[in-house]
Amino acid sequence: MDMESLLHAVQGFMYPNEIELQWSILIVLYPFITGLVAGAFILASLERVFNVEAVKPTYRLALLTALAFLLVAPLPLQLHLGHPERSFEMYLTPHTTSAMAMFGFVYLWYLMAVLVLEIWLDYRRDIVLLARQSRGWKKTLYRVLALGSDNLSERSLALDDKVGRFITVVGIPSAFLLHGYVGFIFGSIKANPWWSTPLMPIVFLFSAVVSGIALVMLMYMLVSWIRQTALDMRCLDTIARYFLYAFLIDFSLEMLDLVHRIYEADESFKTLDFMVHTKLYTSQVILQIVLGTVIPITLVSLTQLVTMTERARKSLYGISGVLALAGIFAMRWNVVIGGQLFSKSLLGYTTYKMGFATREGLLPAILLLVLPFVLLYVLVRLLPPWPEAAPAKEP
Amino acid sequence: MEETRRQFLKQSGVTVLLTGAAALAWDHLLAGEPEKAPNYKMADHWWALALDVEKCIGCGNCVRACKAENDVPLEPFYFRTWVERYHVTEEDPEHPQVDSPNGGYDGFPERYRAGDGSKNFFVPKLCNHCAHSPCVQVCPVGATFETPDGVVLVDKSYCLGCRYCVQACPYGCRFIDPRTQTVDKCSLCYHRITKGLTTACCETCPTGARTLGDLKDPRDPIHEFLSKNKVHVLKPQLATGSKAFYKGLDGTVR
Repeated sequence: MDMESLLHAVQGFMYPNEIELQWSILIVLYPFITGLVAGAFILASLERVFNVEAVKPTYRLALLTALAFLLVAPLPLQLHLGHPERSFEMYLTPHTTSAMAMFGFVYLWYLMAVLVLEIWLDYRRDIVLLARQSRGWKKTLYRVLALGSDNLSERSLALDDKVGRFITVVGIPSAFLLHGYVGFIFGSIKANPWWSTPLMPIVFLFSAVVSGIALVMLMYMLVSWIRQTALDMRCLDTIARYFLYAFLIDFSLEMLDLVHRIYEADESFKTLDFMVHTKLYTSQVILQIVLGTVIPITLVSLTQLVTMTERARKSLYGISGVLALAGIFAMRWNVVIGGQLFSKSLLGYTTYKMGFATREGLLPAILLLVLPFVLLYVLVRLLPPWPEAAPAKEP
Repeated sequence: MEETRRQFLKQSGVTVLLTGAAALAWDHLLAGEPEKAPNYKMADHWWALALDVEKCIGCGNCVRACKAENDVPLEPFYFRTWVERYHVTEEDPEHPQVDSPNGGYDGFPERYRAGDGSKNFFVPKLCNHCAHSPCVQVCPVGATFETPDGVVLVDKSYCLGCRYCVQACPYGCRFIDPRTQTVDKCSLCYHRITKGLTTACCETCPTGARTLGDLKDPRDPIHEFLSKNKVHVLKPQLATGSKAFYKGLDGTVR
């Protein structure tokens, strides 16, 4: 960008090197996507670990959704790096004091040791049966996926279940780690008063749970509509209830952060307050707080307080889910972009100008948000998550 | 024999013309490689900066010298060092008016009049070469590091370009070089100071507003600067261990 248009973007005083933003919409996607992964996984674990039988119909769908999004999670980061070809150095020579250096390890642990393993164990019976029953390239594919296992005895299936349960137990803290850690990346930057708060990891975590539950809830409704199968209302109501609980905790934490900032009113307060009332007003006050939090919480609370028809409940859940996802995307935006709109001198503001078909523009961001759904489609075709689609065991 | 004599004559000619240190540099210049500093021992030095706000006249010599010496991109906004102008009024001291047109590269256009009851002064800025650098702490691969002689440097052949260090620097001293897509910052002219020279900005400052100091050298004037003056560092509450010591720093400066 030329100097003239950059200067137009500035109000007050920015340190000269601060005028251009460093982290773009792609870095907004990163916590948004990992949040969906962590949230979807935690919803899946409800059934497995806490024996919430009602949410069983979404168990496999939630796991596959988590996997589809997790596979995409590193892509916005790679696309953003000045030298993506050097990113593997994070594994070879991690700098131990860097929060970011842990990303590769946390990611790999979560992907391979938790998610893939849990999905494999849960699907092993189906994969083995599909390998036996299919023909051609599909047979080869399932045989590869079966990793050489062919034993479907009662004992082996019981063992799958036992190990799977253990992995879920390990998986819950891992999911917390995955996303709490993302919050820490921002929360530990003392140079930035908008980010620097110990609440950041926990706010990220609970908003992640909310977004993951909302996504699985919407996916379940969408998939049932596409497949023209009846929705299990007990399941949907239970999911909505957990969605509400998580949302209430998330909202309380965010309000605690806000009230704390307002009451403490430290040196950064006036600058940040002005930013929230001007540059971030639409995305923070309107989108994140009012449309993305207060309205969905009110709507889902209504379904709990008033007796409603199934149809009315479904509509309210749908609207709330969409609003919550938009609100949590706005929250990630407000953290990442908002944290760069003001000067660390606290004396001025800059503007984020997003490109469209550029490397870090809107188009790649949209594609990266569509990609997980494409992956999910492939995963669902390969490993159907619905019980009636599971292959029957041959006599 | 003939060849050796010619070499000898050439070498002695160069030595006589250029003097010892420059002759050594000339060899490396011809060979196209950076000059070595064989006598420099990192353990013997601990570099710091003495900055005198009252002496800075905002001429921009330092900014121009730095860009020329270190091949810093001219446009749009990339600076290893820059100068800020503060205008503080009595009525509203909490909201100083600050500007730094093109980082002070072209000097400052006349804007404020003396005697209107306001304070006007220039503040030279550059990397503080912190002893507990938040930027070094966050680098995921250790591409930026503190040298044993107290300088924060970047290994450009190793930097991922993730920009986390840019976010972590409280002073806005880092930027991404658009030509290499790696981070860039003040190197305290490491290629000069290891050869007994001072930095380009200190060298060209006409008023001595900035001077390089070696805290491990007991004869260095920086000790007098630190003991005779009230000095301050930027953002001390962040405990970065800044080694850029300012004399006459106003409380409004951030």
